[in-house]
Amino acid sequence: MTTTKKLWIGIGILALLSPLGLIIPSLFGAGGAWGEWGAEEFNKLIGYVPEGMQKLAHLWKSPLKDYTVPGQAQGLARKGLGYILTAFIGVAITAGLAYLIANVLGRKNREK
Amino acid sequence: MHIPDGYLGPATYGTMFGATIPFWAFASWKLNKTLKARQAPYLALGAAFSFVLMMFNIPVLGGTTGHATGTTLIAILLGPWAAVISVSVALIIQALLFGDGGITAIGANCFTMAIVGSLTGYGIYRLIAAGSDRKNKRRLVAGATAAYVSLNVSALLTAVLLGIQPLIEISSSGQPLYAPYPLAVTIPAMVSGHVLLFGFVEAAVTALVLKYFQRNEPAMLA
Repeated sequence: MTTTKKLWIGIGILALLSPLGLIIPSLFGAGGAWGEWGAEEFNKLIGYVPEGMQKLAHLWKSPLKDYTVPGQAQGLARKGLGYILTAFIGVAITAGLAYLIANVLGRKNREK
Repeated sequence: MHIPDGYLGPATYGTMFGATIPFWAFASWKLNKTLKARQAPYLALGAAFSFVLMMFNIPVLGGTTGHATGTTLIAILLGPWAAVISVSVALIIQALLFGDGGITAIGANCFTMAIVGSLTGYGIYRLIAAGSDRKNKRRLVAGATAAYVSLNVSALLTAVLLGIQPLIEISSSGQPLYAPYPLAVTIPAMVSGHVLLFGFVEAAVTALVLKYFQRNEPAMLA
């Protein structure tokens, strides 16, 4: 097996393990990353939502927000599956785009 | 470390786009001259690896989480400019599709993680690894150290970007318009987690994967 193939398998394994990124924090009762709170959470944190933040926070509606598939039931198992799915989707799109860009950039240097 | 929309005011996020674009342009130019078509799969692998690595949230004291980025590793294996592009791609997809990091903050996040992360990591690696053979243990120490330091530099920079908001973006009544916490709060909050934990995770991942490459594909450690 080529190294590239092995590495893709490695990434696949990481994608399958991605629910750990949900499970481990919840085991420790940990919330999200520092400084990555939703705008509304500031009401709890400081008692108000900064004006500018209120306007910008909802600028963009991402299709797979927070690595969850829309319309899922809650619960860790379902969320975990959603995580795996979005991990694979994200890996595919990221890899695809990076590959495209690399090909465009390396165009002049075609080797036989 | 992904800054969401609404945390940075236009002065900052605009400046960060201004800072990031020249690096993207230079990286593109550099890759145009040096990247061989057969290396394209590796850029894809690097971007994908960074993406998936950032999904592993690690809890830290204080109830928050953080993650590794893989930036230094990619810089070591593919060069800093390829890392700039790969990690930027991962960050942009995260922002657009998954709401991980803001759209206005794309410049800032790419600057802190993809650009500063790659260049710092690569520089430190080359400094420590200088002259050593590819399969030498020193390469692993160099990679681990570089990864640790560069992640923390990225974290510090992020903390600074957030912490200056209450200084420069305030309403007429003196209330912060965007990220409300000052440097005295953001710096300890962000840096502590990375110094104490996430930096070590980044270092360990980097060393482990480098070791794998040393054994299986040493040519990539040129």
